[in-house]
Amino acid sequence: MSRHLLTCPHCDALHRRPALRRGEKASCRRCGTVLLRQHRLTPEQVLALVVTALLVYVIANSFPIVNLQVQGLTNSTTLFGAVFALWDEGRQLMAVLVFATTQLFPLLDLAGMLALLLAVTRSGPRPSWFSPLLRFIQSLRPWGMTEVFMLGVVVSLVKLSGMAHILPGVALWAFAALTVLMAVILSFHPRQLWDEPRHD
Amino acid sequence: MTEIPSTATQAGWMGCEYCGHLSPLGPATTCPRCGGTVERRKPASLSRTWALLLAAVILYIPANVLPIMRTSSLFGSSDDTILSGVVYFWHSGSPGLATLIFSVSILVPVFKMGILAVLALTVRFGWPLDRRQCVMLFHIIEFVGRWSMLDVFVVALMVGLVRFKSLAEIEAGPGAIAFGAVVALTMLATHSFDPRLIWDTPRRAHG
Ligand SMILES: [Zn+2]
Ligand SMILES: [Zn+2]
Repeated sequence: MSRHLLTCPHCDALHRRPALRRGEKASCRRCGTVLLRQHRLTPEQVLALVVTALLVYVIANSFPIVNLQVQGLTNSTTLFGAVFALWDEGRQLMAVLVFATTQLFPLLDLAGMLALLLAVTRSGPRPSWFSPLLRFIQSLRPWGMTEVFMLGVVVSLVKLSGMAHILPGVALWAFAALTVLMAVILSFHPRQLWDEPRHD
Repeated sequence: MTEIPSTATQAGWMGCEYCGHLSPLGPATTCPRCGGTVERRKPASLSRTWALLLAAVILYIPANVLPIMRTSSLFGSSDDTILSGVVYFWHSGSPGLATLIFSVSILVPVFKMGILAVLALTVRFGWPLDRRQCVMLFHIIEFVGRWSMLDVFVVALMVGLVRFKSLAEIEAGPGAIAFGAVVALTMLATHSFDPRLIWDTPRRAHG
């Protein structure tokens, strides 16, 4: 009986579990919260996006975001360079906060999604790490902030354009691409993976 | 079609927050399906929300009063607070950016802390607010909270980029980390709040 029921996390209303097709979602009749979602992309397609995003992530974090020229002097920074500069000048707590939200958590999210999607697209029983990893990714989700960081890059560039000459770096375009990829990947709710049927 | 009871509690179930599996109503237990902890409601939801919210409100003062960055150049040094950054953009011909930063750095945190306090008070005193709208407000503060981190990232990038030894340097100020802490604390406070409590509370009639 309970397998066919579904409860709303925001108002406790009980619903009969609907069968959703790809691209459909079910909302709570009592409070409007989205209860279930079947992404319009298949897990295989999301997997391909996650692999692409991981490659773009490496580029975005290996190259300078911008080059700054002031009176013949040039300076550039990678994201990690900015984190290191904060650490270096004694702002360790802030360095950790920026590192975690812009580098560590997005990477863990992508790597975790890679492993989870590989597990659901493969045949056979779920590996033993599947459930703990999926719960971890669900808890981690709100703390990765790639898109907010991208907006921060834009604001910084406008701010600096008044006082220096700016040359965009490779990582600037890579971060823009990563933001778009992450937006699609994050719209795939990990919760959906609990109900993904097994391939036998 | 068989009629089903309107809430999980009435039907004697509690749902897993991770996978949705229903367990019989009772004390906190481990979900047989995913191994997560299943509880009828989030534990100590109101007291945790108030504690985190209070810490955020207190830190919100240094976050706005203390400088978020210090620029030193040949012509001396100047301190920037969140508000002076907004004023700078407004006067330098970017009213759009000024509005954006004002919204995410000043309006959103205040709005978020205010809404959370109203929701917690609604549970405490049974205020007769529309419950569906309360959940909608909860969704909004869940969604917008993260964008307040914008200024923290801007300061980090400026610090990393403007490093021209004697010519010009930018340092992060204590306001920036206080601000980052406000954002993190309000996100944690929102996460601690259990909107189901709004529906559990019997509502007092007006007057
Ligand atoms: Zn609901
Ligand atoms: Zn579960």
